[in-house]
Parts: sequence; structure tokens; C-alpha cells
Amino acid sequence: MGDATFYDLFRRQGISRRSILKFCGLTAASLGLPPAAAAQIAQALETKPRIPVLWLHGLECTCCSESFIRSGHPLVKDVVLSMISLDYDDTIMAAAGHQAEAIIEEIVETYKGRYIVAVEGNPPLANDGMYCIVGGKPFVERLRYACRDAQAVIAWGSCASNGCVQAARPNPTQATPVHKVITDKPIVKVPGCPPIAEVMTGVISYILTFERLPELDRQGRPMMFYSQRIHDKCYRRAHFDAGQYVEKWDDENARKGFCLYKMGCKGPTTYNACSTVGWNDGISFPIKSGHGCIGCSEEGFWDKGPFYSRLTQVAGFGIEANADTIGRTAATGALAVAAVHGGLSAVKRLRDTRQRDKDEQG
Amino acid sequence: MGYIFDSTSAVDQGADPDGKKENFYADDYAKPVVADEYRSVYVYEAPIRLWHWVNVCAVITLMITGYLIGVPLPSANGEASEWFVMGYIRYAHFAAGYVFAVGILVRFWWGAVGNRFARQVFYLPIWSRRWTSELAYQLRWQTFLERKPLRYLGHNPLAHVAMTALFLYPALFMIATGFAMYSEAAGRDSWQHAIFYWVIDIWGNTIDVHLWHRMGMWTIACFVIVHVYAAVREDIMSGQSVIGVMFNGERLFKRKF
Repeated sequence: MGDATFYDLFRRQGISRRSILKFCGLTAASLGLPPAAAAQIAQALETKPRIPVLWLHGLECTCCSESFIRSGHPLVKDVVLSMISLDYDDTIMAAAGHQAEAIIEEIVETYKGRYIVAVEGNPPLANDGMYCIVGGKPFVERLRYACRDAQAVIAWGSCASNGCVQAARPNPTQATPVHKVITDKPIVKVPGCPPIAEVMTGVISYILTFERLPELDRQGRPMMFYSQRIHDKCYRRAHFDAGQYVEKWDDENARKGFCLYKMGCKGPTTYNACSTVGWNDGISFPIKSGHGCIGCSEEGFWDKGPFYSRLTQVAGFGIEANADTIGRTAATGALAVAAVHGGLSAVKRLRDTRQRDKDEQG
Repeated sequence: MGYIFDSTSAVDQGADPDGKKENFYADDYAKPVVADEYRSVYVYEAPIRLWHWVNVCAVITLMITGYLIGVPLPSANGEASEWFVMGYIRYAHFAAGYVFAVGILVRFWWGAVGNRFARQVFYLPIWSRRWTSELAYQLRWQTFLERKPLRYLGHNPLAHVAMTALFLYPALFMIATGFAMYSEAAGRDSWQHAIFYWVIDIWGNTIDVHLWHRMGMWTIACFVIVHVYAAVREDIMSGQSVIGVMFNGERLFKRKF
């Protein structure tokens, strides 16, 4: 804690000025900013006090934290953990018990309106939130308390952004995404299960540097990372347009690296930066590794299965029923009705004609 | 004009087998017609007929290409640069989609400036008791419970339901969802994005839009089956031209029924 600038902090940790400037350049590039922005970022780091961040964990699997600490460039990892004043994060902080819990209160009181709450996971609302107890209290109460005077809220991952696995049907604990619980604060959604490390650090760097939230799309996701679909920038896109698909996981086409559309790749409906930023220092991303996208950063992705079929399963029509099963059944039904009805109509017409002939004769 | 039914029982009058009532052509397209002899009335103007047949082509193209977008053809072999199979299929789908959408726009315009038959399909008069009772009559006729059909200048109530609820409204739904998905590829600075992207937010996840777009396709496929069958059947069974009217615009009442 404290009001020391980032620059002071880095220097104290033995990071050279050269490394810091290098980081500024990389960050500016990854944010898609012009070259001059690197200097602006450096300036911000040198002069601005660190923003206190409370990192809360609700119903979640900690994969967001796992991703975050693997942020690609080694420096970024160190920097970002120091860049924000990460005052509370129960999974990685040294303090524990009452000592740790007291920090939340302290930040909320001391930094009214000048701190950020980053939420990983979401609060379950059923039975007064009893399905997620942190520090002896339902998580939903803790979340409301921490967000009360926050400047902004960052919803890390799909759990916080749109519910994810624990909110999948039938959602027994009534797990609810953050924006439906906290309605009076600006919320940045950074969906993904987990989100890409560089996307997470990028969002934080942006907020710090420009002292405002990044431009958000209609769903509240930062435009700079979520304005295009995986499909739009996929390196296998040429095979999609050519009509060259992997038909089976072990076929020749899979070896040739054809498009995974037929194997249920959700790239065409998923907004994320995987196909540009990549994972693990840009080494790869699912499609590059030969597996389709499962659409983990999309609303309710867990219920939009199956992962390995292009057409979505429709609940309520039996296992594996999709739009085509239902449509084909309906169309066959219509054809059958038309055929039977047509037969009966022909009989009726025959009888009517005979009757009329009889009437005319008689 | 001499629409002389008493207010209560148009159905019985229309089906009047004795022909005691005076012959006439209804003033209102939606009211039943009694005709003793061959008569024809100009019902569908040229733009309506043209729209219908353009629609036929567009819908067939859209359904075939749309089906193949969801369930693609077997893979092409060779270099990706030599092929553009999915590309052309999508191109045809989008082109036909534009034709379809422009067609609907023109159709709305003609609904405003055309004759009264051009306006019938835009809404269902579900609050009209006469209309609902005649809809029930039409259902009985279709299930062989009535001996005589009611004949109309425009669409009979059952056909009216099909045109509006199974074609026009689904068509508008298809245009909205279709352009919403198109806008994702067209980009955030496109007019399609400005006008239609909000549709995606109804579901939140584009994959649901794909799902319901496909359900819409099957709805219209069912409409096509019913529509073609009913047109042929009624053309034969109810003594009026139902197919020919889409070619020459003349509703021909073949004889007294």
C-alpha cells in the first residue's frame, strides 16, 4: 500500500529503467496504441500513485488467477502485480484470517471512490447466498460491501461476466453474474474461461494509464480485445471459405490443419482475442492446437453444446435434438399431413362428382 | 355494393347451397363470395405477383444455401487457394438475403400504395368475430366437416393465418436475425451493425441467433409445404382459381358451389 508511484516501486525492486520502458512499449503495442503512447504510459507509471485493488473470489475455480500470473512477458507478471496495489487477494496474499479480512474494510473506508474491485467468480443468490461463504459471510454480502464505494468493478472471467459453469442449467445455487448484483457501478467484463493473461494485464494497464475505463461494447466488454470474433482472425479461415473441413479427429484433413467448423468449433460466434493475442506468450491457442473453440467467453456457453457439433442442442426435445432434428420432424409431419389430407380430398372429390352426376341425371 | 348478409351468420349464407340469396361480389376482400356463374375479379396487381415469384426464387436459394452453411458439403481437397466452396455458398445466401429483404421492403411499400388486397397479409384481424368464426368454418372445411367451401376474393381466414403468421412474421424475423449475424462479419462500422446488431443482445450469444435463424428456416420450409399443397388442393376443391391468380392476377370463380 501507500502512495508511492509505480516507478519508485519498480526501481526499489531492482528493475532497470530500460526494462520499464520496454514494458511500456510492449503494453502500448498490445493495446494497439500509437508509438507515442509508450511515453505516455511511462509518464503515468512515473507520476501516478497506484490504485488499490481488491480482488475478490466468489464461486470460481481460480483459473483467472492462474492465467493472470502467467502473463506472457515475465516482466509483465512482476510489473502488474506491483503496478496495481493489489491489497487483497485471498489466494495469493501473505496475510490470512482476520488480519486479511480487515484490509477490505480499511480500503473501503480509506479510499472511498478511489479503488477498484476485481471480482473473480460470482455470487450464488439461492438461500441468501449460503452456497458461497468467504470469511464467515455469504460472498454476495461481501461483494456488495466491497463495491459500495468502488470507482469501478472488473468482472474477471466468464463466471463474473455471464455465470459460466456454475450458472449452467439447472443452476441449483442460482449463481448470478456480477452485473446483475452490482447495478450502480461501471463494470468492465473480461469474459473467458479463463481470460487471456495479456488481456487481463492490458485492461488494467489501460485503466491505470488513462484513468478511465476502456471503450466497452454493448455487452460491457473492452472493444480492444472483444470487438472481433475468433473466426474473423483465425489463421484457418481460408480453409473455412474454401470448404475444407476436418471431418473426423484422426483424418487426413485434421493433419493438414483444415477448418474445425464441422467439429463444432465455436469460433464463428465467439468474441475474444485468442486468434490474435494467443496464449502462453502467444505460443498457441485452441484452434492452433487442433481443437475447436468452445466459445468460453460467450454468454451461457456451457448450455450451448455440444462442443463437438456445429448445430446447437435444443433443450426439451430429447438428447441430441438440434434445429435440424426438430425442423425435419416438423417438415416430415407437414408432408405426411398433406399426403393424407390430399388422399382424403381426392376421395371426397370423387364422391362429390359422382353425386353431382347422379343429381344431374336424376 | 350489395353485401347483403345479415350480420350474424355470414358463414351459413356464404355456404348457402340453395343459392336463394342474391348473387354478388363482396365489397370486402375478406368477406365470402357467392357466385352462380363464372366470374373473375382482378385481385393481385403485377408488383404483388412479381414479388411472389422473386420470393420463391430467393427463399429456395436461401434455404438450400442456409442448410449447407449449417451442415457443409463434404470437404474439398487440394489447396485452399483453389477452392471457394463455402465462400460462394455464403455469397449466394447473402445475395438472396438482400433480394429477399428488399422484396419485403417493396412489399410493404406496395401494401401502402396498392389495392386493398395488397394490405391483407400484414395483420390478423383476430378481434373480428366474423373473421374468427369463418376461420373456424375454414378449419371445418379442411377437416371435411363442411360440405361447401367459403370463397373469398383475397385469402380465406386460414390462408390468411398461414401467410401472416407462418410467412410474413417469420420472414421479418429471418431478416432481423440474418442481418444481425451478417453485421458481425461486416464489422462494427457497418450500417448493418448500426441497424441490426441489437438483435444479438436479445440472446447475448450469437450461437443462439444461429439456432433460431435455423428454426425460422424450418418454419418457412413447413410454410412452403403447406402453402403449395393448399394452393393446389383449393384450386381443385373450392371452385376458384388459387394458382392462376398468382400468374394473371384474376381470381376466377369457376361456378356456383
